[in-house]
Amino acid sequence: MAKVPVQFTLNGSEKAEFVESGTTLLNALRDKIGDTSPKGGCHQGTCGACSVIIDGELRLSCLTLAETCNGAAITTTSGLAEGGVLHPLQRAFLDTFATQCGFCTPGMIMAAKVLLDHTPNPSRDEVVEALSGNICRCTGYEPIIQAVLTAARANSQNAA
Amino acid sequence: MALALQTFPTVKDANAALKAAGTRYLGGGTLVVRAANEGDVSVSGLIRSTDPALSAIAVAGGKARIGASVTMAAIARHPDLGALAKAARAVGGPAIRNTATIGGNLFAPAPYGDFAVALLALDATVDTEDGELPIEAFLAKRDDSRAIVSSVRFTLPKADGFRFLKVSRVKPKGVSVLSIAAVLERAADGTVSSARIALGCMADRPMRAKAAERALKGKKLDQNGIAAALAAATEGTAPITDPIASAWYRAEVLPVHLGRLLLA
Amino acid sequence: MELRKNYFADVRKDDLHEIGQPRPRSDSPGHVTGKTAFFADRSFPGMLHLKMVRSPHHHARIRSIDTSQAEKHPGVVKVLTAKDVPHNVYTILILIQIGPEDETVLADGKVRWKGEAVVAVLAETERAAQEAAAKVKVDYEVLPAVFDMEEALKPGAPLVNEYHGQNYYLYDSGECRKVRFGDVEAGFAGADHILEQSYQSSPIEHAPTETTGCVVAPEGNDRFTCYTNTQAMFFTLDNTSIILQMPGSKLHFVGGTVGGGFGGKVDVIVEPIAILGAKLTGRPVCFVYSREEEMQISSPRAAEKVVIKDGVMKDGRIVARKVTGYTDAGAYSRHSPYGAQKGAGHYPGPYTIPNVWIDTYCVYTNRTPSSAMRGFGVTIGDFALEVQMDKLARLIGMDPLEFRFVNAYRDGDMKAHRQPTEGAALIECMQEASRAANWPVAEKYMAMSSYRKGA
Repeated sequence: MAKVPVQFTLNGSEKAEFVESGTTLLNALRDKIGDTSPKGGCHQGTCGACSVIIDGELRLSCLTLAETCNGAAITTTSGLAEGGVLHPLQRAFLDTFATQCGFCTPGMIMAAKVLLDHTPNPSRDEVVEALSGNICRCTGYEPIIQAVLTAARANSQNAA
Repeated sequence: MALALQTFPTVKDANAALKAAGTRYLGGGTLVVRAANEGDVSVSGLIRSTDPALSAIAVAGGKARIGASVTMAAIARHPDLGALAKAARAVGGPAIRNTATIGGNLFAPAPYGDFAVALLALDATVDTEDGELPIEAFLAKRDDSRAIVSSVRFTLPKADGFRFLKVSRVKPKGVSVLSIAAVLERAADGTVSSARIALGCMADRPMRAKAAERALKGKKLDQNGIAAALAAATEGTAPITDPIASAWYRAEVLPVHLGRLLLA
Repeated sequence: MELRKNYFADVRKDDLHEIGQPRPRSDSPGHVTGKTAFFADRSFPGMLHLKMVRSPHHHARIRSIDTSQAEKHPGVVKVLTAKDVPHNVYTILILIQIGPEDETVLADGKVRWKGEAVVAVLAETERAAQEAAAKVKVDYEVLPAVFDMEEALKPGAPLVNEYHGQNYYLYDSGECRKVRFGDVEAGFAGADHILEQSYQSSPIEHAPTETTGCVVAPEGNDRFTCYTNTQAMFFTLDNTSIILQMPGSKLHFVGGTVGGGFGGKVDVIVEPIAILGAKLTGRPVCFVYSREEEMQISSPRAAEKVVIKDGVMKDGRIVARKVTGYTDAGAYSRHSPYGAQKGAGHYPGPYTIPNVWIDTYCVYTNRTPSSAMRGFGVTIGDFALEVQMDKLARLIGMDPLEFRFVNAYRDGDMKAHRQPTEGAALIECMQEASRAANWPVAEKYMAMSSYRKGA
């Protein structure tokens, strides 16, 4: 089985690995690099649990081959907290009880982060649209939407 | 055999590699990576091309050429493709739109392929390594096609001449119950002078509602004017049955949604 | 959040310090940082991947199984069939003496539903396991199948499960669970109106975001650690102990972190075969359902059919209720005999009715085995009962909420299954619902209490 090199930055630090050609980014992150924050829920692009940010864009790591990410900057939920201080989105997810089983949470936070990076003060509809590729089967969508809106408010207060 | 990806700088080289048995072209990955993930062992080689032309969008003189690797997100945000933004945004959630390509959408089996429905209504031309084909002819023989699609061309519709509707059970986003795209031109008196209506999920791939198109010609877009078109909407359809809806349901609701689109 | 403390104020000590107070969830910090360890977040060097060869038929005899080509496939380490499983025929509720054992871990001689596990392939990679699974040859003789419960109960229907000998679960009460209370025929005879309706539901899949699975690591001392997302930890451990004929002390189960279950992860399906694979290869093993398996293979909520016949008086009193319930277990029992039994106890609903007759059947068909899901056995029944209540109210021209006040059970009432009602709060819930929904009811109902005078 042919191994191919993959090299990218993950949450700001350089990573290099050899993976079998055709390995998804999800499997490379989880099995090779040890970042298990992206979750494999469907492996077909439906649930959003594997969402990561690649060069500023929200992507599904289950449908992305690792070897196509060479040179990319990848962000996952495990890299959001800085120096033990939670990211405003993580704080808001805690405070608004936006987690239940927790399996969709890392993907939800990634989708929300991309939204807030581009749209710091989103409307409720924009939040719903931004999360529309992420499934929460505990059906906790309402607190998740509230969490994103809360984080947006916290952001704008900090900026003011 | 294990899976392996081969990357080529030109479409021509990629097409040559695609002649090997067990290979599939990798666009965004929403179809072939999914198939591999789900245990489709018939695919052992993935071929892709990084040719920059595949990612180019060119709009000039009322015509658009979109490279096959252009994503739904890139179409949705392109300032000159505003008329198609709604159809591009109908595909998946944000992450899928950053991945799914216009080329791949041409191959997506129902219930997927909503954007191809729009392209069919636009009467697009599909450029492949084997030459160009009208989209209708391309869709008819897509299962046997081994020629990589390089771009899709079409005449941009007039501002209010293009209509698109996707019906799904989950809001705001879900898999299609059906989708409808229409390019309508009207005479000075408001009657329809030409109509192209394309349907998604009403067959295994996008199809034209030709009977409805004929019935609409010369008619006004009001309740009476569209009645004959709605009555003919399901002519020639063979809707799919899947976990989203049965063929029966799709056929029942098609005239309702077509009516809403035409009266909008 | 708002607590209404005026209800039951006289019987409640108002000394609650935690109830009504928001408290951080202990698991949330792990969830938001991606640090919570789900079973699939564990991987071990040399871990094998298990893929299952499944029946493409709803009902078939297995003439032969040829695994020779699969065994030779590069990367394959072990191929398991029924003969490898120490105690291959099991049933999960045997732990509470609900038998007979009626299900095979790996099919032996016969398959009874489309998707049934036949051969397990363990390989170095998922891909190798998938490729080898495609090379397993199973020769089937297709048998007639039955998918409809009433068809299955008819004489001459194909026999689904030989371990039962008939297409229904045989309770100690006979072919169904029975509740008899008062004289239901006399009740109907004296009723102003009779309404008989039938209701039915399809199977419902839980579709948890995290699919069912486990990771097993041999500890090197004949002991195995199983990281699992089961919702029924000790239930799974005990059943695994029976299936593998291993003392429980050899099995260390780690879990409790479940990426959505909703009742769909209480069956003992992935753990025994994965532990067996780890035992026979000496290697760690991962067995996780694909999304397609989760949707098609894991137990759904049972399909049900409910026939309700009610006798009702013009003043709103229900005087007789006869219910026949059918629960579609699919090919095997799993939790369905219990679900059907729960239905029997529940069917009068939260209403006091003097004459009740209930029969509930647990029926075997060649469909995917059904099992637990959020209130299984009563949820579909409640749907049927409450639609029936609305129809009855319309029949006698009464407000549907007031109709429920008339019939609501209250403390001291004897339920049909001979359990006296205590701690009822239906009246108070409906009073509050009436206010919240702005659906006013007559003052006499707002003055009611779940206490009966003298009770």
